[in-house]
Amino acid sequence: MAQVHRSATVYDVCIVGSGAAGGTAAKILTEGGLSVVLLEAGPPLDPSEDFKEHVWPYDLPHRGAGVGGNALKPGNGLEGEFVAPTGAWTIEGEPYTSAPGSNFRWYRSRIVGGRTNHWGRIALRFAPVDFHVKTQDGLGDDWPIRYQELAPYYDKVESYIGVFGTKENIPSAPDGIFQPPPKPRCNEIIVKQACDKLGILCIPSRLAILTQPLNGRPACHYCGQCGRGCVLASNFSSSQVMIPPAQKTGRLTLVTNAMAREILVGKDGRAEGVSYIDKKTRSETRIRAKAVMVSASACESARLLLNSKSSLFPNGLANSSGVVGRNLMDSTGSEGVGYFPQMEKVPPHNHDGVGGMHMYIPWWKFDRKNDFPRGYHIEIWGGRSMPGVGMFHDTCDEVEGYGASLKQTCRKQYGAQIGFAGRGEMIPNPDSYCEIDPDIVDQWGIPVLRFHFKWSDNEIKMAKDMQQTFRSLVETAGGTYTTKTIPDGNNPHGIADGGVIIHEVGTARMGSDAKTSALNGFCQAHDVKNLFVTDGACLVTNPDKNPTLSIMALAWRASDYLLDEAKKGNL
Amino acid sequence: MPSNSVSRRDVLRTLALGAVGGSVLQVIPLQAAEQVHHMVKREKAQTPTGKYRPKFFPAHQYATLTALCDAIVPADEQSGGAVQAGAPEFIDLLTSENKEYRLKLGGGLMWLDGWCTDRNGNPYLTCTPAQQKETLDLIAYRRNAENDASISQGVEFFAFLRKLTTDGFYSSEIGIKDLQYMGNTFLRDFPGCPPVPEG
Repeated sequence: MAQVHRSATVYDVCIVGSGAAGGTAAKILTEGGLSVVLLEAGPPLDPSEDFKEHVWPYDLPHRGAGVGGNALKPGNGLEGEFVAPTGAWTIEGEPYTSAPGSNFRWYRSRIVGGRTNHWGRIALRFAPVDFHVKTQDGLGDDWPIRYQELAPYYDKVESYIGVFGTKENIPSAPDGIFQPPPKPRCNEIIVKQACDKLGILCIPSRLAILTQPLNGRPACHYCGQCGRGCVLASNFSSSQVMIPPAQKTGRLTLVTNAMAREILVGKDGRAEGVSYIDKKTRSETRIRAKAVMVSASACESARLLLNSKSSLFPNGLANSSGVVGRNLMDSTGSEGVGYFPQMEKVPPHNHDGVGGMHMYIPWWKFDRKNDFPRGYHIEIWGGRSMPGVGMFHDTCDEVEGYGASLKQTCRKQYGAQIGFAGRGEMIPNPDSYCEIDPDIVDQWGIPVLRFHFKWSDNEIKMAKDMQQTFRSLVETAGGTYTTKTIPDGNNPHGIADGGVIIHEVGTARMGSDAKTSALNGFCQAHDVKNLFVTDGACLVTNPDKNPTLSIMALAWRASDYLLDEAKKGNL
Repeated sequence: MPSNSVSRRDVLRTLALGAVGGSVLQVIPLQAAEQVHHMVKREKAQTPTGKYRPKFFPAHQYATLTALCDAIVPADEQSGGAVQAGAPEFIDLLTSENKEYRLKLGGGLMWLDGWCTDRNGNPYLTCTPAQQKETLDLIAYRRNAENDASISQGVEFFAFLRKLTTDGFYSSEIGIKDLQYMGNTFLRDFPGCPPVPEG
């Protein structure tokens, strides 16, 4: 390797990663007066070039199918040409491995804003009970903090990023600070009616998309394309909503194409900075900072900590407990689709709405004994969305044939499907973790992760319950349930492979006992006081609420704490 | 267009005014406006004239592919068909980039010609319309392979091509209009579900 560059500047804080956590921290810390250097492993983002908003499939040579039809492969939907950059299930030159018998998939994003550029914007608070569930059922662990401590930060995040929803007073789905929700779509009304018959809760969804202007961001214009990225920033992304105000302070130094290799530690055992590889020059630079905040995404952060070995910290940094990489959790996911003849009769209309569901089913069986622990929520899709590649594959398989009759069937079936996606809580288990692969490095010379992953009976029983619920919803609404799952095999009851739901968390969990956790309740490492881990790695449990909102609330809280410490002269 | 839809001109005006006072997005609206300009430019751009030159399929296979696309999604009184929608070009492009497609489609077309020649003395394209129909009626259904194992590869090939042809058709302007999709617009308010006729 070429000569190592050493930066002369000593920043107050070096943040690794510019997604939900890193972006939030960059905003809070710079606005609080600290100088921050933010390392991002990918390139800068240019919404006008990078976002495919309002582009028709026929505007692109591959029509959205991707080079060689890549996006048409099962499970590759998130690599379509329309999806906001630059997430991928595989990154050239940056592999990861799965141990035999584990089939873990890792969706990574290398660009300013990270996965917040494409995410589903589902913004759900964890419930009070989620912070001390072990006390109730003896599984997993309790959090070192309680809902009441995080609630003011949920308020701050929601007020700043903009979330729509309604006050419902449901114990499993606490209310927040909401903008008004959009009106329901036809498919959502059908599901709601079935829910009412079955005694299942179905309420307006809670998404980080503006229905009213906020801080100069215009309200949504209802094109349904949030996943492509929004040039107007009517939806939330770190790149468009968190990074700009941090840059405005003049105290943010954003370094792109900077792949963090190791956290540097001084003889006193404190973090001194970060060594990163400049991807453009393939050279190493050492950034110096008074504090380091790792926000690279749960597994990437675990990788960086485990790769930061020294004589003082032979097991990796912040890992005297040995929990770094352990307790890897994704959401339990299973999906289903129904065909609804009454949807055939819905007249053509603009069905787009926001980029995501307008209604959803929160966990509703919290008041009874179930044959699996914890809960799940159900997301809803369907109706007359923008046509495109893949839309009639099921129809082709079902009716076969060709010619005028096939075309007529496609016309009739367009928009008549409603889909359901269950997202539930996984209990951490000793067979699910990531570690450093002893044999393989990436193209930057950095040892890569090896994943071990296994669902337990808890999650499989939950997936079975999801399938039963989907079927009864569809049949109650007068539809036909078309999804077929089997109770055994690699994916019993349709349970998704680990990582596929992209809610991987828990790999450097917080806790009050330094022997069983890596961080305290402020995301501060027990072992290294000027080191913080603020992404999904810090989560103790992974409730049935998509983690991003909680990650931002935790990162905001950790940043406030860090600011306080700085004011006290403890940096 | 519904009365509450907003014109491109409105969007540009809104974008130009969007960055007032305290916005965290001082830069974005201008870039957004530029994006809309790009869009208009693209729409105005003429589609290239002249004949498409296939990247993968030799002329004879490309002609056969085109005939099959036309049979799978033909023009009818409501709209044009898959050929007019550019499905053969789309399929050729993807095939040129994907080894698996080259086997399935390139090999599949060879299988089809071989089968037609064995049976009718001619490759598919020069069979009579009745022979072509008879062939497609056989390979368009999985159940036929259960009765006659010698066509199972043809059934697989046709099932794959059927999907790609619908992909090509329903990702085109013609196909999207055929389904009466009314979105991809700028709305001030989302109107919700319209009244659904009874019965």
